[in-house]
Amino acid sequence: MYNMIKIAVRNLFRQKRRSMLTIGIVAFGVLAVMLFTATAGSFKNIMVGQITDSMLGHIQIHSKGYVASLDNLPLDKTIKTKQIKKLKEILSSIPEIESYSFRILLGGMLSNYKDSTSIKLAAIIPENERKVVPLLEDRLVKGTFLKEGEILLPDLITKGFKSKIGDDIALVVTNADGSVNGQSFKISGIMESIVGPTGKYGYIHFDDAIAMLRMDSAEISEVAIRLNNFDDMKSVFTSLKKKLNKIKNKKGKPVFEIHTWEKLSPFYSIARMIDMMSLFIKIILIGIVLVSVMNVMIMAVYERTKEIGSLSAMGTLPSKIRLIFLFEGFFLGIYGSIIGTIISLITVYIVNISNVSIAFGRGSDILLKPSVSLSQIGTTVLIVVIVSMLAVLEPAIRASKMEPIEALR
Amino acid sequence: MSLISCDNITKIYQTGEMKVKALKNISLEISESQFISFIGPSGSGKTTLLNLFGCLDKPTEGLLKVIDTDISKLNYIERAKFRGKHLGFIFQNFNLIPVLTVYENIEYPLVMVKSLPKKEREEKVLGLLDAVGMLDQKDKMISQISGGQKQRAAIARALTTDPKIVLADEPTANLDHESAYKVMSLMKKLSKEVGTTFIFATHDPKIVKEVDIVYTIEDGFLTKREDKSENGRQSNV
Ligand SMILES: Nc1ncnc2c1ncn2[C@@H]1O[C@H](COP(=O)(O)OP(=O)(O)OP(=O)(O)O)[C@@H](O)[C@H]1O
Ligand SMILES: [Mg+2]
Repeated sequence: MYNMIKIAVRNLFRQKRRSMLTIGIVAFGVLAVMLFTATAGSFKNIMVGQITDSMLGHIQIHSKGYVASLDNLPLDKTIKTKQIKKLKEILSSIPEIESYSFRILLGGMLSNYKDSTSIKLAAIIPENERKVVPLLEDRLVKGTFLKEGEILLPDLITKGFKSKIGDDIALVVTNADGSVNGQSFKISGIMESIVGPTGKYGYIHFDDAIAMLRMDSAEISEVAIRLNNFDDMKSVFTSLKKKLNKIKNKKGKPVFEIHTWEKLSPFYSIARMIDMMSLFIKIILIGIVLVSVMNVMIMAVYERTKEIGSLSAMGTLPSKIRLIFLFEGFFLGIYGSIIGTIISLITVYIVNISNVSIAFGRGSDILLKPSVSLSQIGTTVLIVVIVSMLAVLEPAIRASKMEPIEALR
Repeated sequence: MSLISCDNITKIYQTGEMKVKALKNISLEISESQFISFIGPSGSGKTTLLNLFGCLDKPTEGLLKVIDTDISKLNYIERAKFRGKHLGFIFQNFNLIPVLTVYENIEYPLVMVKSLPKKEREEKVLGLLDAVGMLDQKDKMISQISGGQKQRAAIARALTTDPKIVLADEPTANLDHESAYKVMSLMKKLSKEVGTTFIFATHDPKIVKEVDIVYTIEDGFLTKREDKSENGRQSNV
């Protein structure tokens, strides 16, 4: 075995420039994959973090059928007081949940006694909301966060209304029974509008909403949940869903529906696209490795025909001849991926210390923190090595099947 | 005991429609510890016959036994194993492995074909290096030694596995007069020492002078057998 490895490695150094070139191409492919996945991964993390931390939370629970009619913010599809109690029990039984926040979503008419406009509002309990979406408060461009009797308005509306902090503004809403109620609010803060489903919502206090909507006891439109660890999302989602599905109405249908942020945000498809692009880049890498390794190895077999013939004449078994070439492919792949990995790590390190920033969502200069994980390195190296060995398979088999007399002529 | 026995052997090459009858009704016996050469004009069939002896090819007709084995019954792998076990090869253009040193080249069959333990390998290889006078060259790469030295290394390599038969097709064709002479006398000496039968194909009169038995092949026919050893006899076949 050692002898075959020795012969294979030395064979690589025989055509130094050619082997170096191939190793270089493989290294370049590895570099491209690693840099892309590192930066795209960092960008994706930033994006997902912004979306989940400034509006959606990680997981949301609604009354069955609510999300389908989300555009109307229906007040008859709320989670009722009795179920809220059960919900609280379930939520507090799952240790992976860091915090949760109850929201009432409602539509209304807003008037500054001169102009009026329609608005969508989220009624929240500020302390809880802060814990679930910590970046929400960052969206305040002016003023302070919410207290009872106050309203936070998106900047687009305050601009149109020419309103200032401290101005009074009237809000009129219709409750589930159809009766209309109005109340005056003080503008306590102006929020930056952002892209996304709830990016242009106004905010009022939960208790104000209960009063205005004449609810006898609290009802809620949605529960936003934040987990201790974002990576637990899938498993918590599954266990939560199982528990929630056990709660059924009189007709035996589940009362709740549950969604991860992915199902609630259009940005999920962008995140998916980034994943797809990573996959394409990997496929391109496979192509590069396959073609370049196969190319040199076909040449090598051709050039060494006489040598292969004499090995075979001396009684070297075909399997051993095959192995020599497979090792050559293996080492081309290993050297290429090691060099590529080293250059990638250096580049990623440089990007990290030179503070490259991007703008997304709330953040205007969020630091890009590309990182390469050990498992990424592992899979990339594995792919490259396996593909290199696949690439030499055909030439290696051809070499091992050569008739010595033909080869020696 | 006969090492090689040919009974009415014919070899036909077929390339497309073209049929070339390279060997025609060859019958002969070769016994142990002989020093034998096949001579004849170019294209007469010498290489073809040596390839058959070397189990690199099979006869079209007739029975060929090498060391009591009917080689036409062996498949590709069995033939490779047979060659590794019983035969040694010396090539016209040496065919040493260029990425290995002289020492490693001679060691190669012991590792890759016979898998002998390291200690025994070393003993064997150093002994042979000494025998062919290449001890001082053992760590050089093949590209760093002369043609004569290459062929001496190749002789050592052919003998490492203690083969019964060493086949050499034009072993001196790429050597100058002096190297050719040295190589020849070396082979003759080793042949007597280790009791291996050497079989050559050649045009080279130097070889012919040295050998015990000379077979002449013309146009695929074995036309003459000449025994030059003390108790030899001359005969037309
Ligand atoms: N693989 C082959 N396919 C077809 N014909 C072949 C093949 N090998 C040899 N021949 C033919 O068989 C005949 C004998 O060839 P061979 O190589 O045995 O001659 P030789 O005596 O070794 O000649 P030389 O002294 O030139 O080496 C020649 O006519 C040659 O053209
Ligand atoms: Mg010939």
